[in-house]
Amino acid sequence: MPDKKKDLIDQKLQDLNNDGVDRRGFLKCMAWAGTGLVWTMSGGIPVSRAFAKGYGKDAGKDKGADFSFVQISDSHIGFNKPANPDVTATLQTAINKINALPHKPDFIIHTGDLSQLSKPSEFDTLDQALKGASAKQIYFVPGEHDMLSDNGEQYLQRYGKGTKGNGWYSFDHKGVHFVGLVNVANLKAGGMGSLGHEQLEWFEDDLKGRSASTPIVLFAHIPLWTIYPDWGWGTDDSEQALSYVKRFGSVTVLNGHIHQIMQKVEGKVSFHTAMSTAFPQPAPGKAPSAGPMKVPADQLQQVLGITDVNYLVSGRSLAVVDSPLGDSGSSGSGNGDGSGGS
Amino acid sequence: MKRKSVWVAGLAMPVIMAMLLLLGSPSVAANDQPSAANAAVKIDNFVFGPQTLTVPVGATVTWTNKDDIPHTAVSTDGVFKSKVMDTDEKFSYTFDKAGTYSYFCSIHPKMTGKVVVQ
Repeated sequence: MPDKKKDLIDQKLQDLNNDGVDRRGFLKCMAWAGTGLVWTMSGGIPVSRAFAKGYGKDAGKDKGADFSFVQISDSHIGFNKPANPDVTATLQTAINKINALPHKPDFIIHTGDLSQLSKPSEFDTLDQALKGASAKQIYFVPGEHDMLSDNGEQYLQRYGKGTKGNGWYSFDHKGVHFVGLVNVANLKAGGMGSLGHEQLEWFEDDLKGRSASTPIVLFAHIPLWTIYPDWGWGTDDSEQALSYVKRFGSVTVLNGHIHQIMQKVEGKVSFHTAMSTAFPQPAPGKAPSAGPMKVPADQLQQVLGITDVNYLVSGRSLAVVDSPLGDSGSSGSGNGDGSGGS
Repeated sequence: MKRKSVWVAGLAMPVIMAMLLLLGSPSVAANDQPSAANAAVKIDNFVFGPQTLTVPVGATVTWTNKDDIPHTAVSTDGVFKSKVMDTDEKFSYTFDKAGTYSYFCSIHPKMTGKVVVQ
């Protein structure tokens, strides 16, 4: 592994909160960030292994039984500042990358910040680009940028059909239960992301009667674990939401908002944040603010990307694979600290 | 190389904060005897500056967003609510009554500020 990449991983590790996860074990998992991870349930304990090795074997055995979906996030259509003057082009690159996957994903999940300013023209551009994706079914949750001026009316009209409240919903796909949560509405002064009482009640009810062996995938814009409170990178009432999934054997939480990959495993719950398709943001506390991070143009595609999630029926496991938009070779990540924003 | 830049960032933060404090305090002091009817709040690096602004009754406060990311200024008690301010966009509000007005950015609620009207 190139030193640069290892440095980045070490740095991200240091940034994580003290969460009781064994550092050595975690480092082993994190060593595969950006290339791939398979989480396998083994006696209730998630065990990670190299993606290419494990997946190859299981894929052969289970042909046709597994499925995959892709997570993209933070497209910020309408953003045109130096960090990335053409976010539509990088979204298009992400879609090309999805279309080039060896297996066609069953659907796409977009974890919010579709737009920069909730403008109809921005949503139009996003829709137009996504029409070219190989997967036609796309599930959305809003980011704070999608609910800016109209309490999310524009967003809900376009993407919220059949959803509850501010756009939350659940669906089942091939034995996996997916829940899209909204934590960007009605935010309170001084706080972080918020789900709110009504949504929490609905969520608890939604899980009632489901077998503990059902794999659960939660997705929301702002991380459902506290990454960096000073920048609001967390959700005030996420702990309550997570208490409802405690009895389930496999829970995967997919978030966006922070424009970089972070992963954490807590018991049976694995947390994961995705890269943006638009611009990177600094590592927590490594810049005066969470604003867009400027990187040299030739490195931009290394810090933007898509997340490919494979579900293997045999092992009840979810493999989360992040790929940068640029060639995913072993070239440096370009995500050094402090190169922008400071 | 990495260590150094981390150290520099660590040093820069307190310096920036000290500068913000220095910038903030004269306007607060000046407003002990308020005279100017107009005042400004600059939004920079996800911070309202000055965080507490003191103005006379009748003053118009103008917020300007200097970030690459949109922000709002929304009164916690519903007294005023800006539209979304994109980069370099402004919002003004005239304070006709004395009191302390807390506000925040409804997009990034960690950002809070206060206008004290005397």
